[in-house]
Amino acid sequence: MTLYFTKDHEWISVDGDSATVGITDYAQAQLGDVVFVEVPPAGTEVAKGKEAAVVESVKAASDVYAPVSGQVTEGNGALEADPALVNTSPEAEGWFFKLKLSDPAELQGLMDANAYKAFVESL
Amino acid sequence: MSVAEAETGAEIQDQALALDAWHRGRGARMVSFAGYQMPIQYEGIIAEHLWTRAHAGLFDVSHMGQLNISGEGADAALEALLPGDIKGIAPNRIRYSLLLAQNGGILDDLMVTRLPSGAFYVVVNGATKYDDIAHLHEHLPEAVTLNHMDEQALLALQGPEAVAAFARIVPEVETLTFMTAGAFDWQGTPLWISRSGYTGEDGLEISVSADKAEALAERICAEPEVKPIGLGARDSLRLEAGLPLYGHDLDTQTTPIMADLGFAIPKRRREEGGFPGADRIRIEREQGPVQKRVGLLVEGRQPVREGALVLDGEGNEVGKVTSGGFSPSLERPIAMAYVPLASAQPGAAVRLEQRSKIFQATVAPLPFVPHRYHR
Repeated sequence: MTLYFTKDHEWISVDGDSATVGITDYAQAQLGDVVFVEVPPAGTEVAKGKEAAVVESVKAASDVYAPVSGQVTEGNGALEADPALVNTSPEAEGWFFKLKLSDPAELQGLMDANAYKAFVESL
Repeated sequence: MSVAEAETGAEIQDQALALDAWHRGRGARMVSFAGYQMPIQYEGIIAEHLWTRAHAGLFDVSHMGQLNISGEGADAALEALLPGDIKGIAPNRIRYSLLLAQNGGILDDLMVTRLPSGAFYVVVNGATKYDDIAHLHEHLPEAVTLNHMDEQALLALQGPEAVAAFARIVPEVETLTFMTAGAFDWQGTPLWISRSGYTGEDGLEISVSADKAEALAERICAEPEVKPIGLGARDSLRLEAGLPLYGHDLDTQTTPIMADLGFAIPKRRREEGGFPGADRIRIEREQGPVQKRVGLLVEGRQPVREGALVLDGEGNEVGKVTSGGFSPSLERPIAMAYVPLASAQPGAAVRLEQRSKIFQATVAPLPFVPHRYHR
């Protein structure tokens, strides 16, 4: 499994042509208390850089973008009952959706963990 | 991830509050609000909100405008601008009132206290204070003097344990009841303290010289019941308490009757008139306003926020949501909206639209969370 990051603070964990997507610890800290998450149902086609999910904190609503294009295979149903998982476990139990990649070449240009760490420190 | 409804970042022209360094030292996240850098949160909005409902929270509201209005006939002069019974305010008593435009639209909402000297202490919103001052200067007669007390900071200590905690610092404060105020002394520093607030809880609002504000904030937070609380929880607390926020739930397009603030216009003023918009307000009161401010319980878990539309059965826009969010105490989305009078009764079903999505809501009596004032 390989972990990549976007400049919009999504992470994507890739295993072959399957991947899991969520938002980073930095993103959840910026949002504050998450009170609602809307994830795409299985079968949804998502496009790289386009809105794929919604996350709402007490203060604001935010779009979550698909780091790469593909078809959603599962949305994280646990977030409906317990949206605070995004705060407590953003990079594990608080994942948003899984997808099957349509173009693995899109992974090129995403950041690795070190590059993302440097990016966040530059903000 | 993108923040659609972004919190505004630092603006170069922002002023720093007297407590700026103190907030940052306590881990506050600062945002731009009303021309100041202000703390939006410390440990988290929900935790701060629930702490205030259970214990006591200290809010820095020094951005608000504190005015002293004095001189012969100040009460009559204020009655020409506000619909409240200003002449009838006894010394050390506080009234909620509204600064009205000629057409009865709301320029600001404010608190008026008669001081023992006979002058008035008026607290106005931070975002509107310079407009308010200009309006007052233009309309008050020569004999009445307006002093902007911009050397004063304002701290609000709110919550069921607020007065017990502060009584260890100034014991005499326990003599105050809701909507009364008085002069107190803290180790030689004069304090003007009001038993009032913006959370629905018992509490105090403390005016103190800005150069003593940090020492006082530090002393108050040494009490075990007290934590500093940011603007984020201030907003969710006042929403649960059903209290309108100027610039959102009130503006120049809304009147006191539309905003369901008729209680701020007592019988004598209604009968005598003599305040801006008196005729329109009388007619609206008798015939009913076109729209009215109500509380909404929103179905589901997704917050519906300011700007969402209120729709009629055919999908036409007939009102709008003016405040909305997640209620930490009720653990559900709540909102305030202007709806047609026919849909303003508690229990009425209302349809809302936000980002092309339809939400169902039910009109609920305000406040959402009962007030717990010390009367």
